[in-house]
Amino acid sequence: MPQTVLVVEDEPHIVDSLSFLMKKAGFEVFIARDGDAALRMVKSRPPDLMLLDIMLPRKDGFEVLKSVRSNDAWKEIRVILLTAKGRDVDRLKGMELGADDFVTKPFSTKDVVRLVKQHLGVEDKLA
Amino acid sequence: MLVDWIIILSSIAYLLVLFAIAYVADKRAERGVGITSHPYVYALSLGVYCTSWTFYGSVGLAASSGLNFLPIYLGPTLVFVLWWLVVKKIIRITKAHRITSIADFISSRYGKSTPLSALVTIIAVVGIVPYISLQLKAVAISFNVLKQYPEVVAPLNSPPIATVADTAFWVALVLAIFAILFGTRNIDNSEHHDGVVVAIAFESVVKLLAFLAVGIFVTFGLYDGFGDLFKQASRVPELVQLMTFEKEGAYVTWVTLTTLSMVAAVCLPRQFQVIAVENVNEPGLRKGVWLFPLYLLAINVFVLPIALGGMLQFPKGGMNADTFILTLPMAHGQEMLALLVFLGGLSAATSMVIVATIALSTMVCNDLVMPILLRWNWLGLKQKSDFTGVLLFVRRSSIILILLFGYAYFRFLGESDALVTIGLISFAAVFQFAPAMIGGMFWKGGNRKGALVGLSCGIIVWAYTLLLPSFAKSGVLPITFIAAGPWGIELLRPYELFGLQGIDHLTHSLFWTTVFNVGGYVFVSLYTRHSAIERVQGALFVDVYRYADQGPRSQLWQGSASVEDLFNLLVRFLGRARADRAFSGYFRDRGLERRRVIAADADLVHLTERLLSGAIGAASARVMISSVVKGEVVRLEEVMTILDETSQVIEYSQNLEQKSKELESTTSQLRAANERLQELDRLKDEFLSTVSHELRTPLTSIRSFSEILSDHPDLEDEEKSRFLGIIVKESVRLTRLINQVLDLAKIEAGQMEWILEDLDIPQVVENAMDTMSATLSEKDIALDVDFEPNLPEIRGDRDRLMQVFVNLLSNAVKFCDEDQGWVKVSVFRQGQEMAITVSDNGRGVPWQAREYIFEKFHQSREGLADKPHGTGLGLSISRQIVEYFGGRLELVQTGSKGSVFGVFLPLPAAQVIAKAGQ
Repeated sequence: MPQTVLVVEDEPHIVDSLSFLMKKAGFEVFIARDGDAALRMVKSRPPDLMLLDIMLPRKDGFEVLKSVRSNDAWKEIRVILLTAKGRDVDRLKGMELGADDFVTKPFSTKDVVRLVKQHLGVEDKLA
Repeated sequence: MLVDWIIILSSIAYLLVLFAIAYVADKRAERGVGITSHPYVYALSLGVYCTSWTFYGSVGLAASSGLNFLPIYLGPTLVFVLWWLVVKKIIRITKAHRITSIADFISSRYGKSTPLSALVTIIAVVGIVPYISLQLKAVAISFNVLKQYPEVVAPLNSPPIATVADTAFWVALVLAIFAILFGTRNIDNSEHHDGVVVAIAFESVVKLLAFLAVGIFVTFGLYDGFGDLFKQASRVPELVQLMTFEKEGAYVTWVTLTTLSMVAAVCLPRQFQVIAVENVNEPGLRKGVWLFPLYLLAINVFVLPIALGGMLQFPKGGMNADTFILTLPMAHGQEMLALLVFLGGLSAATSMVIVATIALSTMVCNDLVMPILLRWNWLGLKQKSDFTGVLLFVRRSSIILILLFGYAYFRFLGESDALVTIGLISFAAVFQFAPAMIGGMFWKGGNRKGALVGLSCGIIVWAYTLLLPSFAKSGVLPITFIAAGPWGIELLRPYELFGLQGIDHLTHSLFWTTVFNVGGYVFVSLYTRHSAIERVQGALFVDVYRYADQGPRSQLWQGSASVEDLFNLLVRFLGRARADRAFSGYFRDRGLERRRVIAADADLVHLTERLLSGAIGAASARVMISSVVKGEVVRLEEVMTILDETSQVIEYSQNLEQKSKELESTTSQLRAANERLQELDRLKDEFLSTVSHELRTPLTSIRSFSEILSDHPDLEDEEKSRFLGIIVKESVRLTRLINQVLDLAKIEAGQMEWILEDLDIPQVVENAMDTMSATLSEKDIALDVDFEPNLPEIRGDRDRLMQVFVNLLSNAVKFCDEDQGWVKVSVFRQGQEMAITVSDNGRGVPWQAREYIFEKFHQSREGLADKPHGTGLGLSISRQIVEYFGGRLELVQTGSKGSVFGVFLPLPAAQVIAKAGQ
C-alpha cells in the first residue's frame, strides 16, 4: 500500500509539477485547490503527508494546519508548508502551529522530494 | 483838626506806601533777591491772622467777657508750638502737589474731585464773606468815629445813607483794586505773591506798633503802669468779674474757642495761603514757630489794660467797647495817636481782606468756575489758544464780587452783631474743613464720598445753628425762629437743637457740627468703596514724607503725549514766556535738545500737570492733561504696575495655552502622519510581499518544470512539450507581471513617460480589438461593436490607452460565458465625455467587490480555478492611466447577465463649447 500525499495548492502549474514529482517518487497523490477542499479530503481520507500552500483561497494554510492539528486522529499527518513569502514570521508561525517542515518557493524539486521521503521514512534510493 | 480829607489822605498815603513796598518786593523777587524766605517776614506775614477783629474786637470782647478773648490767640499759639508737625506736613504736601488753596488741598486728597473742591470753595466763600464784611465794618466805624474828632461819640447803628456816600463801600472798592493789582499779576498761584507777603508783613508791624502805642499810652500815660490800672479796676465789681472765670460755663467756652481758633489758624483760606501756599522754604517755619506766638503775645499784652481803661474812662457803658482803642486817645486829645490807631486798624483790615480775597478768588476760579467752564465748554474754552486772559478775568471778577458780597452782608446783616460774633461765625464755618483735611492727612481710610457727606452735613448744621439765627437776629428771618424753632417745633430750635441746653451758642453749634461732620465722614468712608485714585492720593498725602524723596516718580502718567501738545497747553494757561522757560529748563536739566524730543516722557507730563495745577487747580489740570495725553489717563502707578503684572501673567499663560494647543495639534498631526506612514509602510510591505508572491509563483513553475525536464530525460515527448509549454506560458506571465509592476511604480512615482498626441479613440479601440482577435476566434466569442460616428479626437498616449482597452477586453474575454461568449464594445458621446464601454455576458462581479476589483493584486478566483490567472494589477494600472487623462474607469453595471466596464474621457473644452453652442 503506497503512502499518500495531499497537495494543497491553488496554482495549477505548481500542482502539476508537485503531483508529477510525488507520483514519480512512488506516492499516491491527492489534490486540493483550496483550504475547504483540503479539509474535506483530510476527513474522508487522512493522508500520510500534506504539502500545504499558505496563500489559499477561502481558508489559508494556517487555518487548515490548525484544524488538522486540533484533531488527535490526524496528529500523525506530516505537514510541509509551501510558502512564497519566505518570511521568518510565517515560518515561525507555521512551526508553532505544528508544521513539520517548510519549503520556500521557488523550490528545488529535489529538495521537496527528499524532504517528503525523509518525513515519511522512505529510504531515498538515490542517496 | 482831623477832618475827613486828612483822614482820607493819610489813608491813601498809607496805602500808597503799601503799594510801594509791595512793588519793590515784587521787583526784587523778579531779580531773584526776594525777602519772603526770611523767617521774620514769614512770621510777620502770619500776623495776617490778627485782623481788625483783633485790633478792635479783642478789646470789645475783653470788656464784655473778660479773658475770653485769649483763646482765640491761644489756639494758633498751640498750633504752632505743639502742633507744628501738622503744619509742617501741610506745607510739605502743598509743595509736593503744587496745591493752590485749601479747596485744592482737600479735593487733591480725595482723588482730585471737582465736586468736592467746589463744595469747599462755596463753604469758604459763604464762611468768609461775613469775615470780610467785619473788616469793612471796622474800617467804616473807625472812620466815622474818628471824623467826629474832637467829639467822642458812639457810632450810629444803621446809618441811613446811600451806598455812594457809605465809607464802607469805598473801602471795599479800594481794597478790591489793591487785591487785584497785587494778587492777580501772575496766573500761577503756586508762584508766590512776594509783594503781597511783604506788604502784609509790613502791615503786621504797623498794627502791632499802633496797638502797643495805645497800650503804653493807656497803661503808662493815663495810669501809672499795670499795677495802678488793675488796682483801680479791682475797685469796680463788674470789672473784677472780667478778670476771673467765675461765670458759669466759662471753661467750656474757653475750650471751644481754643479748639476753634486752632483749626482756624490753619484752615482759614488766608491762613492756608500764607502758611502753605506762600511759604517759600520749610525751614522758615521753624522761626515762625516761636516768632508768631511771640507776635500774638505782644499784640495781646495790652488788650485787658485798654479794656479796663476804657471801662474806667467811659463808666456808663455809653461807648462801644470795640472802639475803646480809638476813643481813648481821642478823649485825651491825642490826635496823632488816634490817627495811628486808625491806620493800624486799616492795616489789619486791608491785610486780611487782600489775602482772603486772593485766596478765595483763586479757589473760585480754579475750583468752581474753571471746572464748570471746562466741563461744559460753554465758551469754547478748550479750543481757546490763550487762557491767561480768561483766568485773570475770572479771578479779578471774583475778587470784586467777593468784596461786594462782603459789603452787602455788612449793609444788610452786619449791624446787629458785634465784631467778635461775626468772626466766630466764620471760624465755625471754616472749622468744617477740619475733619476732611486733618483726617485726610492721617487716615488713609477717608474717601471722597465721606468727605463730601461730612462737609455737607457740617455746613448745613452750621448754617442752621449759627448763620440762620444771625439772619433772624437782624430781622431777615422772623425772630420766633430762634425762640420757638421752625414751624414751632421746639426740638429744632437752632440754639437748642435736639434739646441740647446749658452751653453757649457757639459750643452748641460746634458740638452738633462735629457730630454730623465727623460722623458722616467716618461712617461713609468706612462703608463706601474707595476708587483707585483716592487710595493713591490718600497714600501720597498720609505718607508724604516717604514719597517726597521719590519725587514725581510716585505718580506717573501712563500713556503718551507729544512735547508739542503739552507745550501748547502750557502756553494757553501760563503764556508763552513762562512755558518756554519751564520747558527749556526741563530739557536743559536732562541734557536734551528740545527740538529732537517729540514724545514727552512721564516726568514732563507730570511737570506740565504740576505747572497747570498751579494755574488752574489740580482738578482742572487733570482734565486738561487728559485731553492731550493719549492712552491711559490714570496716574496710578501702583494700579498700573499691578495691571502690568496681571496682563503679563495673562499674556504668558495665553502664550502657554497657545503653545500647548500648537503642541497638541502638532502632536495629533504627527500621530496622523505617523499612522499614515505606518499605513503606507504596511501597504508597502503588503505590496512587496504580494509582488514577491506573484513573482515567485510563475518562477516556481518555471524552475520546477525546468528541473523536472532536466532530471527526467526519459519523459514522453508529449509530456515534455506540455511541460515546456507551461514554462513558456509562465515566462510570459512573469514578463507581463514585471512590466506591470514597473509601470505601476512609474505612474505612482510620477516618472511615467507619456507620449501625447491627438487620438481617434475608436481607432485605438479597434487596434486593441485586433490584438485580441486570435483569442476571440479561438474561444468562439461573439464581438459586437457600436461606434458613434464623427467623434472628436482626444489628446492622449496611444500605447497606454490601448493597454487600458486591451486589459478590459481580456478581462471580458476571460470572464464571459464559457459556452456562448459574447463581448460588446461601444464608443459614444455622453454629455461632456466620451464613453468607451466593454460589456460581457459572464456571471458578473459580486456587488460588494465593486470597488475592490480596482485594488492592486486583487484577483477574482471565483470559479476560475482552471483558468490562468492575471497579475491582479491590470485594472489598477488601467484606472491610474485613465485618471491621468482626467477621466474615470468604472464598473458601470454588473449582475447575472454580465458586467459593463466603462472608460469616460473628458472631451476637449472647445468641443464642449461647440456642442453647447449648437
